[in-house]
This record gives sequence, C-alpha cells and structure tokens, in this order.
Amino acid sequence: MSGARLLVSALRDPASVRDGDWNALIAAARAEQLIGSLAFRLEGQKLPPKLEAILNAARRDANQQRVQALWEAEMTRRALAPLDIPMILLKGNAFHAAGFGASVGRSVGDLDILVPRESLVSVETALIGAGWERMKDADGYDDLYYRQWMHELPPLIHRTRDRMIDVHHTILPTTARPTPDAGALIADSLLLENGLRVLSPPDMIVHAAAHLFADGDLAGGLRNLWDIDRLLREFAVDPGFWPRLAERARLHQLSRPVALALRLAARLYGTPVDPSLADRGRLTDRFFEARLLARNSWGQPVRPALRFAFYVRSHWLRMPPLMLARHLWVKAKS
Amino acid sequence: MKHSLSLQIGPVAFRIGSTWAAPLDALARLYAGYPEPDRICDFTVRLEPESPWRRWVRPSVAIHGDYVLPDAAPMSLAHGLLAAEMGMNLQMALGQKHYLLLHAASVEKGGRALILTGESGAGKSTLAALLGERGWRLMGDEFALLDLDDGRLRAFPRAVSLKNGAIRVMEREVAAERFGPRLDGTPKGSIRHLRPNPRALEAMAEPARPALILFPRFGEATAVRPVGQAEVFMRLTQASTNYVSLGGAGFDALTKLVDACPSAAMDYPDTDSAVELVETLWEQAA
Amino acid sequence: MTGARYIADPEECVQSVALDGLSVLFHRPSGMTHIVAPPAPQILEALRMGPADAGEILARMRAWYDLEGDEAADAIEARLEELEAAGLVSRP
Repeated sequence: MSGARLLVSALRDPASVRDGDWNALIAAARAEQLIGSLAFRLEGQKLPPKLEAILNAARRDANQQRVQALWEAEMTRRALAPLDIPMILLKGNAFHAAGFGASVGRSVGDLDILVPRESLVSVETALIGAGWERMKDADGYDDLYYRQWMHELPPLIHRTRDRMIDVHHTILPTTARPTPDAGALIADSLLLENGLRVLSPPDMIVHAAAHLFADGDLAGGLRNLWDIDRLLREFAVDPGFWPRLAERARLHQLSRPVALALRLAARLYGTPVDPSLADRGRLTDRFFEARLLARNSWGQPVRPALRFAFYVRSHWLRMPPLMLARHLWVKAKS
Repeated sequence: MKHSLSLQIGPVAFRIGSTWAAPLDALARLYAGYPEPDRICDFTVRLEPESPWRRWVRPSVAIHGDYVLPDAAPMSLAHGLLAAEMGMNLQMALGQKHYLLLHAASVEKGGRALILTGESGAGKSTLAALLGERGWRLMGDEFALLDLDDGRLRAFPRAVSLKNGAIRVMEREVAAERFGPRLDGTPKGSIRHLRPNPRALEAMAEPARPALILFPRFGEATAVRPVGQAEVFMRLTQASTNYVSLGGAGFDALTKLVDACPSAAMDYPDTDSAVELVETLWEQAA
Repeated sequence: MTGARYIADPEECVQSVALDGLSVLFHRPSGMTHIVAPPAPQILEALRMGPADAGEILARMRAWYDLEGDEAADAIEARLEELEAAGLVSRP
C-alpha cells in the first residue's frame, strides 16, 4: 500500500494495523500533518517498542501544541477584549478551544480568527498595540492583493511569541463565487466557558468543506477530511444536526462542497453521512480521492499532473480568469 | 527512491533516500563500522533534484524529508554528502521530540560527560574531536541529547564536521581512512567529515551523567570565568531547537542540569592549550 | 492612587526554580519559560493574595520587605506592564 493509503487505513481502523511498512506510515503521517492524530489513534495498540517511542514523543508534542494554541487564543482575546467585538476562532484552534474530538492530536499552525468586516482596522490596530507586527517583506502588491481581494488582513506575527495570526472577515476570498454569509456565521457563533468563540457546529462543517474545496489545492486534504470525520461523528449524535447542516450549507451557497466533503470522508474514513446531503456520487470523486492519496512510501508527493490540475483549479476558484492572469503575471515579474 | 541507505547513530535511526548513487556511496564509506540500523527509522531524509531536469543537467540537490526548510538553497551534486548531513541535522533540529537537544559537543570520561557549548565557529567540534583522540570518548560534535527521564546524556556520534583550519589540525592527528572527501566552496568554506574512532562507535549506546558545562571561545588568551546559573540556563535554551516544544518536561530537565552541573567560560589561543585547560577544569569539577 | 488592576494566575500554574538570585519560571498555561529578577517574583506573590493595582501591591510588599524610595510605585507599574506582556498577569 502507498504511504497515504497506509495512513488512511490506520486512522480509520487502528486495530487493523499489522507489522508492515512502518517507515512509510510515519513519513506519510508527518507529510500530511497527521502524526499527532495517528499517535493518539494508535494508543493502546500492540506495537513494536521503537514505534511506540516515536508515537509517544508525538503525543507529548501534540499536547504541547495544544497548550500553545490555547494560550495564543487567550492572549488574542485579551488584546481584543477592549474592542468588545465578536472574535471567532477557526480551524484547529477552534477544535482545541471547544475540546472537540477533532482536537485530539491535532497539530496547530497560525491562529485564524473571524471578525466583523467593519472592525478589521481597529482589530489590526489593537493587535499591533499588543505586540504583533506586520511581516517584514510585505511588498505593496501583496498587501493590496490581501486587502482588496482576499478575505483576510495580511498576516501579523507576534514580536516575542513568534506566532502568526490571520484575521478574516469571511471564510472565502471575496473574489470566489460562493458568497458565505459572514454576518450569519458570527450571529450563530458559540460562546465557550473560557470566553472564546467558535462557529456553530453546522457552520464549522461548512467552513471545513469550504476551506478544503473552494480555497485550496487539496494539499493537506487528508487532514481536513479527518477533521470533518471527527467533527461529524460528534455532531451527528444530535438528530437535528443534519437538517441544520443542510440549511446552513444552502445559506452560505456551499451545498456542493459540503456534499463532496461528506462523500469523500465516507469514502476514505467510512464516516456515517446523511445520504440526502451527500448526494449521489460523481465521476470526479475518484480524481479527488486520487489527489488526496498521492503520496508514496517515502512521503513524496506523486501524480504531478493531477496535482498541477488541482493547483490551477484552486486559483481559478479564488479569482476570475482575468484577475488570475494579472496575478500570475505580477508574481512572475517579482 | 532509487537509492537508499539507513544509519543508526546513538538512539536515532535515519533512512536516507537519494535520486543519485554518489552521495549515499560517500555516506556509506564515511559511516563504515556503525551498527546495523533499526528497521523502524526515526526520520526520513530525501535528496531530490530541484526540478526534474536538474537530475542530469547541472545536478542540483534539494534536501527533503519529514521536516523541511521551505526556502533552503539547493546544493551541487559534488556536495551531495554535505546535503545528506545537513538533511540529518534538519530532521533532528525540527523533529526530535524525545530528547532535549542541546547544540553542543560532548565527550565522556569515567562515565561522566563534559558539555561544550557556545556559538557556531567557537571551536567546540574541533576541541571535542581532539579530546576524542586524547583519552576521552567522543559522544557527539553537533547535538547533545539529554534524556528527560534520567538526566543523562545519550551519545549521538555523527561524523564530525571540520571546517577550514580545523581540517589540518585533525589531519595531523588521525589516519586518512577515517576522513570523508574534502569539499571546497561550500557556504561555510571548506569542509571535511571525520568518522569518530572505534571507541566512540563501540560505546555509542552508553549514556553518561553530565558533570561539567564549558563555554569555549577560540582565539583569545587563556582565561577562565565563572558563568552565573541563570545565564547558563538562558544560553542553553538559546542553544536548543526543541526546548520550547518539550514544555514542563524540558523545563525540569534543564533546571536540574544547570543546578547539578558546574560551568565556566574558557578562552584559549590554540588547541593544545584548550586540551590542557579542559583537563584542569575537569579535575577541579570532580 | 489607583491605577490599572491586575490579577495573577494561582500558584500551581507557575513552577519556579531559583538560580543565583534570579527566578526561572515555567508558566503552565502558556508553556513558556521566563527568567525574572526581583521584584517580579515578589509582585506575583503579592498579586496571588487577590486583584490589586500598583499601589496596593506596594503596600502588600511593604509588609514583607523593606522597600526604599518614592520610585517604588513607578517601578512596580513598569514591571506590571512587562509581566502583562509576558502573559504572567492580566487585567480582570
């Protein structure tokens, strides 16, 4: 089995892992940012001592990442508290803040937050006042690109903690075709006991699907779908969840990406999904699956033509063709 | 990957894949006599062409693996051995989460370890290599591995990376067979790798309790200065790539090390003075 | 005088080791390590008794230590700002 297939199989069914190409499993897990999740999934399985030691270190590291993620969220909350605006955590940081099953072993990168569009300027000012800085090589064009066309401020980095923050006002670039309702996302957000905010469960799924399909070239897709698998299993315990998900997906004009996410999660991880929401399978589903599994036993990405097709597609989805041409032209000149 | 080689260095096993045979051939010669590696490897390193045609045309080696540096400049195939070494360093620096990593050289005598740490270019590698030929056991020249559970140092005896003037110093001491090829024109000047002696390889699995921390500085008149414990702690965290990621366990291990281990800054004008000074300070610390 | 009020995390959140006159602190909630010099550890100790501003902290510290000079309150205010930036104290 290829590295990616071994990884998916181990996550899906930990008891099924047999003595095999452990090196391929570890390399694929690290390449896909899933080593922490894998380590917790395999906890308790009978494994060779050497592998157990590697996974033990990965579990400890994941716990430390969790501590740092929660802290970064808390310090951001403190910095923005005087503004009295809703600050909603997104992605991995949100899972950790809410203690969802999806947070187990979940690695965390930058902090992503969603704020009302009209407060962007005051948020940036408050963050800079509390020790964040603009990235040094932000040139004029990139800055303009971010502010005008993307859905976020150019990233800021904290002076002493050396962690980056991305401030969004909606969950998709404004140049993309689906237009999610940012106001509704904020209005339905959940306030947690620790004072942090996250999206409502259906909106969290819609965001994960949007992030996976409408904003990316599927790099990191195995992790995104694992997030979706873990979240759905937890949320679907509530029988009212599926109808609410359908309603929110329609509201945010993201029914098709959500359907695709459900089908692929079911295909790869065996996630139980509502068939009416998942919709009938498409012929293209297998290309998505192939792209997601395109990693060999040395952790190398394979299927370059397929990956390039998805790379172009991701930019196509983000920007109308004329903008895309200009953007690629300017980037080529620099 | 077309070619591959696995290496066991102390408690860490690497698997190294390469598009070209030459770097791995050189690596295998340099690491002759090392123990059979574990089947399960801690890290994967890959030497790949920068782009498909650079496999043959002005071959250009990009360093990949479990952990990568996004904007790293690729290297020429002639420096492929160096690329493999840098690849292993990178995996340790970014991916080692089991032991606390100190950017330090270490040598052992009588079951106790001397840690030599400080800025790059301060001469720690050369000093450690030299001590390794003068009755000490070389534990490592680049990374010292601190066990979080028992506070002992694990040996990690990679080939010693000698630069510029240090190459001649060691060529005078050690048989030619233990050296890798001389690599000129690298970003750090000329480099030659030196395999640790058989004693270091045989004792690779034996840990040692840290007994003295020294901050050596080459190029000054002989001098010894005490270093405050808080300063030692701070300098060691700066010298560690993974201290922060180890959380409370790292804090405990490092504070215990600093509390238990005397330390000093030492300046030395030449390597022979350095060895003498080390022996004196070691005796005082006993 | 009343300035900004601060609170500190409870004692079990911070592990402290003394190394020749300075304190090395491991702050569990952040996973961060700080090296601090007096009067920072004493300020934290004083704050653990309850929320306070610089003036109240000074009063608490005077009960334990001999503190000279009028600049003491200003020095404490400055240290409090540094501790806040480091995340060791916050405003309730």
